[in-house]
Amino acid sequence: MASIEHNDSSAVVIIGSGAGGGTLAHELTRRGIKVVLLEAGKRQSTETFSQVPGEAFLQLTWLDARTQSGNWGVARDFPALPVWHCKTVGGTTVHWTASCPRLQPWELRAKTTYGEIAGASPIDWPISYQELEKFYEIAERRLGVTRRNGVPGLPASNNFKVMYAGAKKLGYKQVHTGHMAINPRPFDGRGFCIQQGFCLQGCKMGAKWSTLYTEIPRAEATGNLDLRIESTAIKIEHGADGRVNAVVYRDGQGKEQRQKARIVCVAGNAIETARLLLLSASSKFTQGLGNSSGQVGRNYCHHITGFVWGIFDKPVNFWRGATLAGVVEDEVINEPRRGFAGGYRMELLGEDLPTFVQVGLPYGWGRDFASVIESYRNIAGMFINGEDLPRADNRITLNSEVKDAYGLPVANVHVNEHSNDQAMRKHAQGQMSKLYDAIGAKRVVLGPTPPATHNMCTARMSADPREGVTNAWGQAHDIKNLFISDGSVLSTSGAANPTLTIVALALRQSEYISQQMKARSI
Amino acid sequence: MEDLVNLNRRELLKTTTGMLTGLVLAGSPLALIARGPAWAVDLTALTSSEGATLMAMARTIVPHDKLDNAAYAMVIQAIDSDSGKDESIRKMLKDGIAALGPGFATSEENDCVAALKKIESSTFFQAMRLKTVQVLYATPMAYAYFGYEGEAFSKGGYLLRGFNDLRWLPEVPLQDSGPMPISS
Repeated sequence: MASIEHNDSSAVVIIGSGAGGGTLAHELTRRGIKVVLLEAGKRQSTETFSQVPGEAFLQLTWLDARTQSGNWGVARDFPALPVWHCKTVGGTTVHWTASCPRLQPWELRAKTTYGEIAGASPIDWPISYQELEKFYEIAERRLGVTRRNGVPGLPASNNFKVMYAGAKKLGYKQVHTGHMAINPRPFDGRGFCIQQGFCLQGCKMGAKWSTLYTEIPRAEATGNLDLRIESTAIKIEHGADGRVNAVVYRDGQGKEQRQKARIVCVAGNAIETARLLLLSASSKFTQGLGNSSGQVGRNYCHHITGFVWGIFDKPVNFWRGATLAGVVEDEVINEPRRGFAGGYRMELLGEDLPTFVQVGLPYGWGRDFASVIESYRNIAGMFINGEDLPRADNRITLNSEVKDAYGLPVANVHVNEHSNDQAMRKHAQGQMSKLYDAIGAKRVVLGPTPPATHNMCTARMSADPREGVTNAWGQAHDIKNLFISDGSVLSTSGAANPTLTIVALALRQSEYISQQMKARSI
Repeated sequence: MEDLVNLNRRELLKTTTGMLTGLVLAGSPLALIARGPAWAVDLTALTSSEGATLMAMARTIVPHDKLDNAAYAMVIQAIDSDSGKDESIRKMLKDGIAALGPGFATSEENDCVAALKKIESSTFFQAMRLKTVQVLYATPMAYAYFGYEGEAFSKGGYLLRGFNDLRWLPEVPLQDSGPMPISS
């Protein structure tokens, strides 16, 4: 591993080591570029992942304070935890469920496809599907995604058998065990899935792709990576020329450090990425970095989500098996006759007992609440994953009332749902209830919207600099050597779990950055 | 259960203010993992009668008739520990318990429900509800009672231990699922 001097201004500084930052770090270092990778969390491994759900949550989750507001259910049901992502080397790729659908061509043209919708701010992506597709293909090979490139699907779990039977009764056609970045057989030095049902806790087999044990060690092996753990970026600085030139961060001892940089790439998950840009306001950039458009932090998307549980009179044992290995894709269409724009996936979901009770069930207590838990063995589960419409006022802002450990304002997450979002959720809950009813469910329970794990669009790519924060390569419209490299850059959310798209965009961005560096354009 | 007993021996080094006790129900999941016929949980911040009121409260919040009281006692122990560390928590609990009155612990379920409905929006009730669901379902007794088998890595996963043993619905065709990585 490289050791790069704080005063070395030739390095690329990447903030965050998840799907975007970790992939980018590997791609740049293997091209001979020196990278300082700042990660706020500690480094775990397949050996150290806790096997106790509550402990694993504390081991991996970003728990620094945030506040939230708006009418979305998360503000009511999970007031202290608006979003659920990771603070650890590998970022949220340690905790993700590894579902890797692609966005559809029409989803990249949200504004054109959906037309004007009052109270929403969708745009078309500045890149075509054909362009993105090339990088999807590379990403799928890299991650070993199932049902692509000859990789077989995962075998069907009990929970999936229930989903499959119900979906077929409803006439759905596109039902399978998913495009998963989970090895059905050993691949790329990683183990195969032994159906632990612990995707959320970190996969001890390494069957699930994570930058923690793929991209990051490979970047280290190049000799060009300086990974600094427990290093929390608090400000990006710039020179008189308006180009960024350093990142100020707190190290593991809480001591302030300053790393000079030729290029800065921010990949701190859409909440912290927006917060860091806003925290970096200066006399030259009074609204924050990259924010002359006022778009930083706006258009926050998180997907329309929610649990649907079917209770049967026979056992399912739905905690056994890969957490999310199953999908119905027939509703990923734009069909205005359903009463809303955009599409949604039905995704399989099983949960361990503590998580099921704390996160999966709607608020309640007493006999009826307890009776659902009594049925734990006989429950089958699904999850909605649908496109939410961007809204200018659904946004990340700095909350000057609440400060973090360093005295800096925390992020406030504000979400007021659009009526389109609510119509989609209702439709999805209705179809998923029908699916379980069709095969004899005794009861269907609709769970809450959990803290958001898919955080997107807060520094979105846009053709028109007034409508977003970056161009089609994630390069800030305002500052040539400032890049955004995580889900923040998605122009709209689509109905696809975002990681594959984040990886594809990071691969594409790495080519662009290295070309631009070679050409001395940045 | 062994952990529970050991934890309490350590706690005894402090001043014990109260105790919750019970007998292990024959045939209950606890009977399989308990070392003896009786259990005891020492309290260091709350009195025995306060503990009993909170026990009744936890059982009303999530009534699982056949789940042993020892599992609920773990909830009370956690709350007792919190209130030993934070005076504001202890005050909130003591005030809340006093407001429920001395008869609460022995009241009929319907009366308990009615009393809790009246205070549902209080910080006291919400804190108790949250702690109950956080602690109860993470206990080995709850795992055993609800049939949850927990982590599986140490046993080779569920791959050969029932992840696909459901037989009351048709099997999924291979083209929509995938082959087993190893045969059983």
